[in-house]
Amino acid sequence: MKFYLFVLAGIFILQACNSGNNKTLPILGERELADRTVNGKIVQDTVYQTIAPFRYLNQDSIPVTDKDFNGKIYVADFFFTSCNTICPQMHRNMLKVYEQFKDNPEVKILSHSIDSKYDLPSRLKIYAGKLGIEGHQWEFVHGSSDSIYNVSAKNYLVAAYEDKSDAQGFVHQGWFILVDKNKRLRGAYDGTKADQVEVMIKDMQILLDEKVDAK
Amino acid sequence: MRNKIIYFIGLGFVFSVLFYSCQSEDQITFARYYVNGKGLYEKNCQNCHGANGEGLKKLYPALTDTTYIRNNKARLSCIIKYGLNEKIIINGQGYEEKMPGNTSLTAIDVTQILVYTGNSFGNKLGAFQLENVSAGLKDCR
Ligand code: HEC
Repeated sequence: MKFYLFVLAGIFILQACNSGNNKTLPILGERELADRTVNGKIVQDTVYQTIAPFRYLNQDSIPVTDKDFNGKIYVADFFFTSCNTICPQMHRNMLKVYEQFKDNPEVKILSHSIDSKYDLPSRLKIYAGKLGIEGHQWEFVHGSSDSIYNVSAKNYLVAAYEDKSDAQGFVHQGWFILVDKNKRLRGAYDGTKADQVEVMIKDMQILLDEKVDAK
Repeated sequence: MRNKIIYFIGLGFVFSVLFYSCQSEDQITFARYYVNGKGLYEKNCQNCHGANGEGLKKLYPALTDTTYIRNNKARLSCIIKYGLNEKIIINGQGYEEKMPGNTSLTAIDVTQILVYTGNSFGNKLGAFQLENVSAGLKDCR
């Protein structure tokens, strides 16, 4: 009996410590200083790198733009449906994210196909269906290869491009990039590793609880 | 008479030593294949079929359908090396995605993967012999 009390007390203490944890996530990417006038005085602001406006077609051939992500946090990744190396593992892990935040209107997932030739919306639809994804919380998008390769490198800092010397024809990294409600980069996680994705799920909760600063 | 008894006891002893040493050698081989097979599985199969053979929804079938695995025991080595492209039903779900071949796998690799997958995820196929697997691989397709 005494032993149980001891264990219970231990758990309470541990939880008390946890709840005092105000972890904030760093802001990644490039930054620059900008002048801004407040009440006639010039103040300097740090301007962080943000995701540039975009427009793709999703699995239902509906245009998806950056506006659909306003006021939401989201996870971005790069894949292609016939990829049989790291992609199955990435999306097995992404499914956990999907299930964790299912129907939360403030969370989205954006998977860019880097195979613009074959992964037309119809094919993305079949893929999403086989993964068991319905609705549009998780968007699978098709765009021209130029725009996708550009956006992966410049906006999300992920390498993804065609490479004839690769067995599957693409060079491509398995990062999951976490983007906040102001479209700033807040985390990068190895999407092929279940434990990294667990960390990301916790970080997503931190981001959701964060107050959005007025822009 | 006494000599005979000693003779029989001795003979029994020799036989049991032989029996046990053979058995444990098989067991050692099995354990070695199983461990190596696990490593090969993680490298070549796990991305699609999952760490626990659970597959991935309707994209990649699980390796937990013990009836399918048992009924197709003779073909498994060919599936592992040369892939599969047909309509199959696994755990009641139809699959027709293509599994790519792993033609760089050697006969011993395939044997070790068979020992691992054939005795994990609920499957109980027991040992596989290298000679049988290499002979079988010659007759694929
Ligand atoms: C690129 C993904 C991929 C990889 C890698 C892969 N498989 Fe498969 N596997 C599949 C698909 C897809 C099927 C179903 C094929 C079909 O329907 O014709 C399948 C079917 C099977 C089957 C028969 C069906 C079942 O579920 O029991 C076995 C056994 C199997 N794979 C074992 C392996 C082993 C062992 C490896 C590693 C050497 C491996 N696979 C690697 C995708 C893969």
